[in-house]
Amino acid sequence: MKFTEEHEWLREEDGEMVVGITIHAAEQLGDVVFVELPDEGTTVSKDDEVVVIESVKAASDILAPVDGEITEVNEALTDNPGMVNEDPQGEAWFFRMKITDASQMDGFMDEAAYRKFIE
Amino acid sequence: MGELARTPLHALHVELGAKMVPFAGYEMPVQYGVGVMGEHLHTRARAGLFDVSHMGQVILSGASWEAVALAFEALVPVDVLGLGDGRQRYGFFTNEAGGIEDDLMFARRGQDLLVVVNAACKAADIDHMRANLKGVSIDVLEDRALLALQGPAAGDVLAGLDARAGAMRFMDVADLTLGGIAVWASRSGYTGEDGFEISVPADQADALARLLLEQEDVMPIGLGARDSLRLEAGLCLYGNDIDSGTDPVSAGLRWAIQKARRAGGAREGGFPGAETVLERLANGTDTLRVGLLPQGRAPMREGVQIFDAETDGAVVGRVTSGGFGPTVGGPVAMGHVQSTHAVTGTALWGEVRGKRLPVRIADLPFVAANFKR
Repeated sequence: MKFTEEHEWLREEDGEMVVGITIHAAEQLGDVVFVELPDEGTTVSKDDEVVVIESVKAASDILAPVDGEITEVNEALTDNPGMVNEDPQGEAWFFRMKITDASQMDGFMDEAAYRKFIE
Repeated sequence: MGELARTPLHALHVELGAKMVPFAGYEMPVQYGVGVMGEHLHTRARAGLFDVSHMGQVILSGASWEAVALAFEALVPVDVLGLGDGRQRYGFFTNEAGGIEDDLMFARRGQDLLVVVNAACKAADIDHMRANLKGVSIDVLEDRALLALQGPAAGDVLAGLDARAGAMRFMDVADLTLGGIAVWASRSGYTGEDGFEISVPADQADALARLLLEQEDVMPIGLGARDSLRLEAGLCLYGNDIDSGTDPVSAGLRWAIQKARRAGGAREGGFPGAETVLERLANGTDTLRVGLLPQGRAPMREGVQIFDAETDGAVVGRVTSGGFGPTVGGPVAMGHVQSTHAVTGTALWGEVRGKRLPVRIADLPFVAANFKR
């Protein structure tokens, strides 16, 4: 699993990347009450706003970590946004994407480096 | 702006693990470890303790109760003179245009009036009172903290510490002794729940807060849940739902203007902007504050524009407070809409991130009040 400075994680699965937010990010957001996911098939560029998360307090955007195409979104989050607090690095993934340029992941952190980053 | 002020409970908040944020010039707890949702639900189920020491507490005194009450009536469109001893009322300062400069609570303590005003407005309110209250001395209580204990268990908790609390009804004020600490309490609050606001000497606030937190059922609650509780209760947040450009009639606060101050009343008018306010009481207003219930899951927050059609159409209003209501279990909002649309059940659309989403005009409050009348 790789981590970004935007507190997202990426996990490779069947040649695609599964993307979500970290436990740390979920704790900072507080109780998530609404998740808006992109359409499957959308082409995105790095730093595009692709997901909106609303907690009781405020709305936040999740940015595309790399260029690519959204191939699947986790519809379960629409009906049960609280999953983001319960299992952010497991069941509560946001979307899968086919990435265009793997070199965009070069700067991403491993778990140990991310732990240091949030200290 | 300069450094943030701290309330007498600052060290306790930090000790309890609060996330501290700047609010109205103070460093205040927005939430504790349980989080906004849990704190909100706990307050509705049991009792929550809030630090509201950032609010201004001011004592007005004069030659007689009548002198103080009549002087204060020159600044508010509310019946002050008719307030019984040991009773509290809601009110607001108006300006010459009939707008609301701040909303407030005032309580009669014998010959004196205790006025509690919003933190963000208190400096202006105090200047306003100093400049305009004739024959009244104004004592700003810098050395008192203010705690709120809110929720269905609040009555039993406080009555367990001083039996006199149990005899108080909604909007009563009384002197109590809680664990040896002499306080001024009112049976009121801003959550829609039964509860108390407790004025305590600053140097005893920490001890009182710890005593209350030791009681079964009591949990510390931050500003995050305070906001979602007051929104579900349909109560105005000054600066959002009401401001200097909003008159009390369009704000849906005509209930707070008693007969004595209305046309034909014993002391008709006689407050800033009276002509405008009385005219609007008689003839209505172009816009009204209403409850707005989003029909989907997406919260509609402050600033969301309300349209009368899903495509094209016209802007007919704006959300002034909105978010998620934990007790409602979905998004809730309030806002100002054109009066012609301000009918419960009317279907409108709120534009969220460029998309028009359905919303209906709803009755306030979203959660029924639970006062001890």
